[in-house]
Amino acid sequence: MTLYGRRRANNALYLALSWMATGIGLAILFLILWTLVRNGIPALRFGLFVENTPPPGSRGGLGNAIYGSVVMTAIATLVGTPVGVLTGTYLAEFGGASRVASAVRFINDVLLSAPSIIIGLFVYGLLVVPLHHFSAWAGSVALAIIVVPVVVRTTEDMLRLVPATLREAAVALGAPQWKVIVLVTYRAALQGMLTGVMLAVARIAGETAPLLFTSLNNQFWSVNMNAPMANLPVVIFQFALSPYADWQELAWGGAMLITLTILLLNILARALASWSNHTS
Amino acid sequence: MNAEYALTAEPARPSTLARPYVRSREPIAVAQTIPKVVIRDVHFFYKKFEALKGINLVLDDKRVTAFIGPSGCGKSTLLRILNRIYELYPGQRATGEVLVDGQNILDPAQDLNLLRAKIGMVFQKPTPFPMSIYDNVAFGIRLYTQPSPSELDERVEEALRRAALWDEVKDKLRQSGLSLSGGQQQRLCIARAIAVKPEILLLDEPASALDPISTQRIEELIAELKSDYCIALVTHNMQQAARSSDYTAFMYLGELVEFSETETIFTHPKERRTEDYITGRFG
Repeated sequence: MTLYGRRRANNALYLALSWMATGIGLAILFLILWTLVRNGIPALRFGLFVENTPPPGSRGGLGNAIYGSVVMTAIATLVGTPVGVLTGTYLAEFGGASRVASAVRFINDVLLSAPSIIIGLFVYGLLVVPLHHFSAWAGSVALAIIVVPVVVRTTEDMLRLVPATLREAAVALGAPQWKVIVLVTYRAALQGMLTGVMLAVARIAGETAPLLFTSLNNQFWSVNMNAPMANLPVVIFQFALSPYADWQELAWGGAMLITLTILLLNILARALASWSNHTS
Repeated sequence: MNAEYALTAEPARPSTLARPYVRSREPIAVAQTIPKVVIRDVHFFYKKFEALKGINLVLDDKRVTAFIGPSGCGKSTLLRILNRIYELYPGQRATGEVLVDGQNILDPAQDLNLLRAKIGMVFQKPTPFPMSIYDNVAFGIRLYTQPSPSELDERVEEALRRAALWDEVKDKLRQSGLSLSGGQQQRLCIARAIAVKPEILLLDEPASALDPISTQRIEELIAELKSDYCIALVTHNMQQAARSSDYTAFMYLGELVEFSETETIFTHPKERRTEDYITGRFG
């Protein structure tokens, strides 16, 4: 075979392999989504949102779990975002290549990829054991710890994308550094930073392991932050593994809800990102 | 006080004139000019690299001084010393003296923010802030004064008028500064710089990213503004230097090779290197 022919054959072979790999990946993804939609859609009914998790054999919904997930996700985001934004600001605007900043950046990267079950165990030791009970607060703290590194990373990256000349222009007008950051740099990076927060929310919305050790679960409607609180991931975990058909159906419904929420958040994040590209 | 500057501004090396001396024979400079900035034996270092090797120079008030020279000759660096903006970056350091109205601004005790409020700067690429046209211009004003809304309106309008942008934006002051064209953005940046009523304007290749028509408008603007400011203009464009400036400094490899009235530089350069550069033999 000529050299050219060999190259063409190689090209065809690798192209075919690439297509196959892509196909396998996509097929699995669609299989998961198809299974979810097929089982989840029938479970989506009005009662799902308002009734509480039932004992086996009776009708119910996921009202208490939805409430718990929303509340704990919201608190975790409200706590984690400022910490993350401020740390990211330190890394991008003050720390530079200093030793402290490098250490913080490294630790943050480790935290970013830390298995969430370890974070759950950490908060279990930190809050649940000393206080002798599972609580929604502990769950929120565990989720907040997951939010922080995501927001730190995106904030730093987004602030670094702001051109140095923009900062220089503000500094050249006599603006002190904090005003440069708050009035100019944040504004320029705002959409990107919001996208980061959105991704963090999407991430914690589906976290199960940290909540198993902290918030646990609650069969009843509870708004007490000092008591265990129901939440979608743990309810799904428990109900999906149960032998009861009605529980399994609720688990499908919950899975569907979380997936839809994350899909929505991702679309929102993308829309924000492209909007920011248009305006700047 | 001014006579004092003239005396203290004696060049360290007469061959590289620190001050245009030919003025008495030239009818161009009608009135006695006033030195605004006196640069004395300034060296600049990027870490170990010496980017400026002892610069002596005087910038006159209400005059435009152009800095020309090949890339990397230190002309932008010199400009960035005048408002000490280089200090944003660790490892950059200047020695020597830069006297603005007789006060050494390289003194560590100098308040940087106040210094920078007094010295406006416009960059090569337009740098509108991500906010409305109005807020862009008002940004600097709000930093050090608390004008009433009507006063603020007036000052914003005045700055935009002086920057020859008012007619184009008066109906869309609330739109984003980023929605303007490149040339308009650059004039917006000039408006923003003059809105704080600085005494010195540093223009770092203000027209190099613009089309010829926008460039012409910027040059007209420079001619307009020089009646009020001491302007330092860095440019790669020699025609621009010839058109817009009263004095021209030619820099090469971190040294000030020749400094004189613009006409002299472009017609009878004393130094061989200056002549080679302006005639396009290198650069």
